Amino acid sequence: MSEVQKKFMRRQKGEKYLILLIQILIVGGFFGLWEILARHKIINEFIFSSPSKIWQTIYDLMLAGNLFHHIFTTLYEILIAFVLGIILGFIIAIILYELPLLAKIVDPFLTMLNSLPKVAIGPLIIIIAGARTKSIIIMALLINLIVSIITIYNGFLNIDPCKLKLLDSLKATKMQKLTKLIIPASYQTIISSLKLNISMSQIGVIMGEFLVSRAGIGYLIIYGTQVFNLSLVMSGILILIIISFILYQIVTYLEHLLLKNKF
Amino acid sequence: MTKSLLTIKNLKKNYHTLNGEIEAIDNISLDVCEGEFICIVGSSGCGKSTLLNILANLETKSAGEINYHQKDLKIGYMLQEDALFPWLTILDNALLGLVIEKKDSPENIKYVKELLKAYGLAEFQDKYPRQLSGGMKQRVALIRTLATRPDILLLDEPFSALDYQSRLAVSNDVYQIIKKEHKTVIMITHDIAEAISLASRIIVLSKRPAKIKSVYELNLSDTLNPIARRQAPEFSKYYEKIWKDLDINV
Repeated sequence: MSEVQKKFMRRQKGEKYLILLIQILIVGGFFGLWEILARHKIINEFIFSSPSKIWQTIYDLMLAGNLFHHIFTTLYEILIAFVLGIILGFIIAIILYELPLLAKIVDPFLTMLNSLPKVAIGPLIIIIAGARTKSIIIMALLINLIVSIITIYNGFLNIDPCKLKLLDSLKATKMQKLTKLIIPASYQTIISSLKLNISMSQIGVIMGEFLVSRAGIGYLIIYGTQVFNLSLVMSGILILIIISFILYQIVTYLEHLLLKNKF
Repeated sequence: MTKSLLTIKNLKKNYHTLNGEIEAIDNISLDVCEGEFICIVGSSGCGKSTLLNILANLETKSAGEINYHQKDLKIGYMLQEDALFPWLTILDNALLGLVIEKKDSPENIKYVKELLKAYGLAEFQDKYPRQLSGGMKQRVALIRTLATRPDILLLDEPFSALDYQSRLAVSNDVYQIIKKEHKTVIMITHDIAEAISLASRIIVLSKRPAKIKSVYELNLSDTLNPIARRQAPEFSKYYEKIWKDLDINV
């Protein structure tokens, strides 16, 4: 390695550490400042809570044995909605692709459903499906499914017409076209729709928990608001931030793993 | 007299659009004999591709007859682009046609491997298309077409996606392969020089609706390779005639 290259590598590495350091300082500074402002009564601790109070709340929840129950309830709902969304989205996209007439017919309805703020149908879902976990999952599915269908279906439509013509000239059957070309060619689109889907599933689950739930992070937040325990609300938000960050990292890693050495 | 493989009689093709009917092909008749290398030349949009699509059974004809003089005459189609699947290895790409036709027997796989070996691709058979040059990919596309042992090869401007230098080299390669495998070819192109360097017979089509304007039996020796044929004294004579026939106004 030449001197100049070494210098370049050092500088790149240095920058990486610098960014990480500043990020840690921002987080630390934010919580530190928050704590100081709350202790000196500069901000209203009752409304804004404080890091030490949030920590105390989380610790109490843990002692009471509730914390992980709430976290796992939310995670479970997200996972179910996520998996169902991907599978159903994939199947419906295939049906739409194979039946172009149907696709043309439902196109405006899909657009309408996509632009509708799904939370508006929330109360209706509760009445139909009951005040149960089922309603929360339906809510989340409603939000992630339309996006999944549209993303995967558009992936199918963007397949190179030349490759389709090749299969036509070889007299391939519909099934062969699907398994040899359309699905493998959309692999990348399907994987990238996972990322979108996980965010949508979280939005849907939290929204569902706001409307109807007996457990979960959304329940903690809405319960905290009702009894005016703002520390509980802040704890819920903090836990949610951590959960969504971790889930996003997992899906990104999954995407990297599935696409590695493929394209 | 060589054996005739197929005869096209008074072929017509009309397209129906919301803005009315478009005549694409008007009354084309053609006899294709074994071992011929027919080049169909015409300006872009004249309906050349339509003719190939009809022969390959991808589009239906509006009128006329196509008679195949051999039972189960097999037609292989090579497209403008290599259309290799990026997620398959070179070997799997070359085997695609056989897999689709469910004829990927050990014997046929061996045949494809031999073709890959014969045309300098054996060491690449486990690589992926992105690791190959444009010319190599086009050779793989040809082998994929040859794998199903077609009697007639239809080539739809197979070199147009390549740059000029590789175009000369690849057309030379493809020509040698086709001659060695004794295939009958119908190729369409808008490149007059390419047609003269490859063909045994050139058919010039008129502007849309496509009609046969003129036919040239080329007297350049078949044993010459395409690059040498470009230096033949008759080359420019044919070029001038075909250019006039195409009647291109810019």
